[in-house]
Amino acid sequence: MSQSLLKSVRSFGLILFLIGLFTFSLSLFLGTYSLTEDILTGSVTSSSDREKLSLALKPMLDKTYSNQFEFVREYHALFNDLNETAKREGKWGEVIYADYSFILTKNSTQGFLRENQASLFFFAIIITLLGALLYILPNFSLLGIAGIKNNGVWSNPASNCSWLGFLSAAYLIGFYMFLYFYPEYITGWVLLVEPVSLFLSGKPADQWFLYGFLYTASALVMGVRMFTKYRHSNYQLLRTASVMFFQSAFAFLIPEILKSLNLPSRDLKNIFPLDYSFFYDYNLNYLSSSGTLGLFMLFWGVVLFVLGVPIMTYFFGKRWYCSWVCGCGGLAETLGDPYRQLSDKSLKAWKVERILIHSVLVFSAVLLTFSLYSYFTHESSLLGVETWRVRQAYGFLIGAVFSGVVGTGFYPVMGSRVWCRFGCPLAAYLGIIQRFKSRFRITTNGGQCISCGNCSTYCEMGIDVRAYAQRGENIVRSSCVGCGVCAAVCPRGVLSLENGPEEFRLQELIK
Amino acid sequence: MKKIVIIGNGITGITAAREIRKRSEYDITVISGESHHHFSRPALMYIYMGHMRAEHTKPYEDWFWDKNRISLRYGTVTKIDFTTKAVLLESGESIAYDKLILATGSKSNKFGWKGQDLKGVQGLYSLQDVEMMEENTKHLANGRGSAVVVGGGLIGIEVAEMLHSRHIPVTFLVRENIYWGNILPEEEGKLVERHIRAQGIDLRLSSELQEITSDSNGRARSVITKNGEELNAQFVALTAGVSPNTDLVKGTDVEVKRGILVNEFLETNLPDVYAAGDCAELKISDGTSKVEQLWYTGRMQAEALAKTICGNRTKYQRGIWFNSAKFFDIEYQTYGFVANKVRDGESHFYWEDASGTKSFRIVFQNASKVVTGVNTFGIRQRQAVWQRWIAEERKITDVLTDLGEANFDPEFYKQYEPEIISKFNQDYPESVVTLRRAKGLFSKLQVKFSPILTR
Repeated sequence: MSQSLLKSVRSFGLILFLIGLFTFSLSLFLGTYSLTEDILTGSVTSSSDREKLSLALKPMLDKTYSNQFEFVREYHALFNDLNETAKREGKWGEVIYADYSFILTKNSTQGFLRENQASLFFFAIIITLLGALLYILPNFSLLGIAGIKNNGVWSNPASNCSWLGFLSAAYLIGFYMFLYFYPEYITGWVLLVEPVSLFLSGKPADQWFLYGFLYTASALVMGVRMFTKYRHSNYQLLRTASVMFFQSAFAFLIPEILKSLNLPSRDLKNIFPLDYSFFYDYNLNYLSSSGTLGLFMLFWGVVLFVLGVPIMTYFFGKRWYCSWVCGCGGLAETLGDPYRQLSDKSLKAWKVERILIHSVLVFSAVLLTFSLYSYFTHESSLLGVETWRVRQAYGFLIGAVFSGVVGTGFYPVMGSRVWCRFGCPLAAYLGIIQRFKSRFRITTNGGQCISCGNCSTYCEMGIDVRAYAQRGENIVRSSCVGCGVCAAVCPRGVLSLENGPEEFRLQELIK
Repeated sequence: MKKIVIIGNGITGITAAREIRKRSEYDITVISGESHHHFSRPALMYIYMGHMRAEHTKPYEDWFWDKNRISLRYGTVTKIDFTTKAVLLESGESIAYDKLILATGSKSNKFGWKGQDLKGVQGLYSLQDVEMMEENTKHLANGRGSAVVVGGGLIGIEVAEMLHSRHIPVTFLVRENIYWGNILPEEEGKLVERHIRAQGIDLRLSSELQEITSDSNGRARSVITKNGEELNAQFVALTAGVSPNTDLVKGTDVEVKRGILVNEFLETNLPDVYAAGDCAELKISDGTSKVEQLWYTGRMQAEALAKTICGNRTKYQRGIWFNSAKFFDIEYQTYGFVANKVRDGESHFYWEDASGTKSFRIVFQNASKVVTGVNTFGIRQRQAVWQRWIAEERKITDVLTDLGEANFDPEFYKQYEPEIISKFNQDYPESVVTLRRAKGLFSKLQVKFSPILTR
């Protein structure tokens, strides 16, 4: 195909993508909301809560709200009234602790959104993904002969941390805020993907299904972009294919299929402490009472954490997980690739990084202690602290704010590995092994370095690779996730990721 | 305390400063009129191409210099007074020295072509050149104008790549009949030529610049070649090599030929005045002299010089030669010495892959079979291994047997050693070689990390 035709395809793809993104954003505002007795009955499983709510929410019944904000406001007002009254009167048994705002809002959705669910799914999601693919695929030809193509990265407002980057960050951060803290406002989006959920598991979608679906779709589409960009490098192609596979199969499809079979459902590649709820009593109870598969999952999770991490990291460095398997890494290596150059390479950033990530590691160790203590002793507090409070604090600060809102939301501003670099306790654990007991290193090729700085610039983990390369020193850093991009962008063939004997691993060439 | 003044903050001047600081507490001042901080000159192309911003090309953070008590002065030196031992800055300030290092680098060659000083005509050497190129070409991007690059060396192809990245059509004039023919053997030259043309560059071999014509605003309009052809060009890059920048010492007592003449200790004819890097011309014991204009040699000269200045008088010995470059997407590495033609008493074994984008050339002595050099295109090689093999005077058959040990390509890359060896066995059936080891993911990597580099 001619270059000009391909360029037109690219532009067409961009237009489709923007139309899709616009429709997606707009679809949040296309529903009307109306609560009925039937919806209430279908949404609230606890019969006592149902009774209390149907009394309290009476003023809402069969009323139509033009948007979810009014609906949710009214719901909260009535709901709070109910609880306040009960508390004031000392009727603690009357207080409702569960939060039904998400499920009630979702099930009360009517109007255009409800009637056009399928077409909206097509225009808001399929068109966005298709547009992105059409924008990306022509690059197989338009990028020219295979090789490093970072032309214009620092003059493009999407990737050089200027207005478009900030706009993208704002959108992402907004998305995460709603996802984690106010899912009742984005039930419209959940409804768009509900048919997919029903098809896969036979179960209605919640916000986490929406997230998993978008996450996987982004990783797949942007994985294709990686294929176009790094098609000269088998290492990059295989690694990208690997994260695409683990995200779509292990993190998304297999758990959904297990759900449809009413079997215990888990992402089998997720490891504590990244999977921070693994040792929570409810999870341990759930797995240990869910038959052979549950027991296997329990066993597998413990083995991965206790043996898998040190053994694999000894042989391959932390890259076996961080840039080949992990879901967070998978998103960073695909969706995040356009932003990898934005990570801060200064010594100061490195100091902050070490303090932060190891603090989170310590926090996760505290969490582990408290969780296991409660599980084995059935005591609800340790050292005068209620264990659920530790879980709550960790889940909010680390699980939601750090790994989600900051970790991904700040991609377009701080680079693609904000979470992995500054926050992930599993990365810290892998990193300690990589630094002190591993065969992995990045070997420097003698005196060939020209100090150009491509390696440091494109290191998503903010390692100043050049500082080592220009001294002819091997790179053995706990943070290195082994993405291999430094070796790829080096114009003089100076860097090579290797699993070699431990002897000479740290060798600095003698002066 | 001794005062060391270094003129020039390129790789030579900065390496000298750092190495002197490692060895002494001398007072060190580095003066540059080009930039406030040291940057990597080979990285200039990537600023223009948008791979990096200028700040990314600085190998050290700005606090590094204070911390290491290296005083940086931004300013142009206008005069050196060798009798009172002081350098004079444009600002009128005078800085005294006990020892002076001249590391003034190079200047782009201009051979008195007609039109060489028009607007839109320039060379590429300095940070200012890149800024000027940005200014000169920003209205030409995406085919709105075209460019001619004159001169077929490493800078020429870099500029061609830079322009190509902005979709500016490029005609590349090369005087020789082979690209970089004074260095590359014919096969490698052809390999690069094919690759240049595959990028869509109009490469013209055996072509020379006659004159550059001007439009009514004094800007370049076209290039006329020696065979009378007129090529549309709103931008003309003159990249016919660089010459030592000796402006500062020309007409003084310092002996100058092509460059500033120095002995093997990098000492000029004046006491306490030294020169190193691009600007220096090294006298060799046989009476000849040479200029080395490489990043690596600048660095190695500065390392030797720092020892001398700190009291351990050390000859500059560059050790086993190596060099590397990248021609668009094809990387080139060389170790030992590979001449562009087969010399008496030696043989060249050459292999090229089917796509014609990867090659391997090995030079060995006919009588002893000792390997003396290697060229590779598109296959990375491990410097430590090649330096050891060449230093140990390994025979060609031994080298090829262990060839996998030298492979430095990323994991999962196709390994060409079996093909290379099978071609060798065809060419030299009298000495059949079996590949002992390929570089594998799980191989023991029995590479000896031998500390044979001078650094």
